[in-house]
Amino acid sequence: MDKPLTQNIKPDRSPVTLDEYRRAGGYQGLTKAVTEMAPQDVIAAVKDSGLRGRGGAGFPTGVKWSLVPQGESAGQKYVVVNADEMEPGTFKDRLLMEADPHQLVEGVAIAAYAVQADTAYIFLRGEYHLPARRLEQALREARDGGYIGEHVLGSDFKLEIHLHTSAGRYICGEETALLNSLEGKRAIPRAKPPFPQVSGLWGRPTVVNNVETFCNVPHVIRNGVDWYRGLGRGEDTGTKLFGVSGRVRKPGLWELPMGTPIRVLIEECAGGMREGVALRGFLPGGASTDFLLPEHLDLPMDYDAIMKAGSRLGTGTMIVLDDRTCPVRLVLNLERFFARESCGWCTPCRDGLPWVVAILEDLLAGKGRPEDLDQLEQLARLMGPGNTFCALAPGAAEPLQSALKFFRADFERYLKPASSARVA
Amino acid sequence: MSEALVLNEQETAEILAAAGHYPNKSAASVEALKIVQKHRGWVSDEVLKSVAGLLDMSPDELDGVATFYNLVFRRPVGENVILCCDSVSCWMLGADRIRERLSQRLGIGLGETTADGRYTLLPIVCLGACDRAPVLMVGDELYEDVDESKIDEFLKRYGEAWTNR
Repeated sequence: MDKPLTQNIKPDRSPVTLDEYRRAGGYQGLTKAVTEMAPQDVIAAVKDSGLRGRGGAGFPTGVKWSLVPQGESAGQKYVVVNADEMEPGTFKDRLLMEADPHQLVEGVAIAAYAVQADTAYIFLRGEYHLPARRLEQALREARDGGYIGEHVLGSDFKLEIHLHTSAGRYICGEETALLNSLEGKRAIPRAKPPFPQVSGLWGRPTVVNNVETFCNVPHVIRNGVDWYRGLGRGEDTGTKLFGVSGRVRKPGLWELPMGTPIRVLIEECAGGMREGVALRGFLPGGASTDFLLPEHLDLPMDYDAIMKAGSRLGTGTMIVLDDRTCPVRLVLNLERFFARESCGWCTPCRDGLPWVVAILEDLLAGKGRPEDLDQLEQLARLMGPGNTFCALAPGAAEPLQSALKFFRADFERYLKPASSARVA
Repeated sequence: MSEALVLNEQETAEILAAAGHYPNKSAASVEALKIVQKHRGWVSDEVLKSVAGLLDMSPDELDGVATFYNLVFRRPVGENVILCCDSVSCWMLGADRIRERLSQRLGIGLGETTADGRYTLLPIVCLGACDRAPVLMVGDELYEDVDESKIDEFLKRYGEAWTNR
């Protein structure tokens, strides 16, 4: 089975050097793009590959790129890597940046060629010190090797890639908040439209993609659309990094074909639940996704299939809920995170999230009122899609609303005074 | 104004080098604050004004940035900042017990600094190592699969003072 994203990664996660990367076929995709393909051909190939954004939303990558104005009058354009991996339960981009940084550099260079941008920024979360050091090294090597710089591979295409390290705040991972942050401002989201592809960084056309998305691109260009489409097992194409954390035997990260059943990931790759605990549910794609249940284990890991089941594939890094962990306390942990990280720009998020936290804290302290559960449901609705500037609050609503649906008895148990001493 | 309240030559050079990566100098605001912090440990009001002047920003504008980001410290912190991940996977696997043990050993709560100025304990958002939960970060080093028994061993690296508590 082909595993393009992780094929070069060593067991000790030491970084793949430029020579090692080249020996494995690295930078052949960029070479092919720059010397044999017109920019629009690259965009068409990415579109035809069916690659969907790996940052959580699953938007088709080639479509995003095709919305960028082309031609000589288009002026300054930018490519931005969203490497602000801060969603609880999500730990995939770290591996790609630490262990095979040239793969990201090549993906960014191909994207910049495709949309004809001469400047790219890698927006990296401030806590990722090791990935920062390794990316700096890879950028130096790529510059010395002629893969970025004034004349990329001897052509007229020029590209500078800068590493920008942030200083915390989950909201920076939101596309438009990231752009404000990159401009040196507070990271509050912008209203859309205009979309960043038309008016992004400093008001210029900008493509923003997740690290893993860019890492797929060299393989699409080098090996072709048909090969890439053939990697998937279900509706979606390619492979993806899927992960599991929580009380499983072997928490970790694996590259699997899109469309692989969830059961394979949780039971085979992660070895199933630890001795003495049973699976109660799981968040399929990080903290901002709805719970799914053991009955969903045979669903294929495809964006639309998970959506139809009432959740989102998100980042594909699953958080497992076991039968010894109280779902109400788990939801409180998540909501505290979202409340703390809200940028405060819009009311439903700024006021709604601390309210949710307060109700959950009261409930767990034995001070809950029967109407609190209805209030939580109403708050989840009010923070839902369409009522806020960005997806932070709707994301926070997802685990809450699904926990109220699937684990309602656990919430109700706290309403009875005798149960207030229940231990998680 | 005393020398310590304004940027020194090295800080100024580093900030201007960072600013060169962007069309507007103000885009280097976060990096500039981090540079100051690297040299001084935290960002005082006086030095913030100095940075703002260098980046063509008003002090209020830069303060708005400085107070927004988790890792920009506007109050003094200890020599070693210990970041405790309290996000979901670490929480499920014992992050609360780790934090309590650290608090007990250091005699401080979250957000506090030891009297000798050596350590500050802070919460942090998911450190992206959920498969190795629970995790901590000290300075720029990540510690994975932490448990209570490992804390004493790991604290020794940062100063013998700990072992006598």
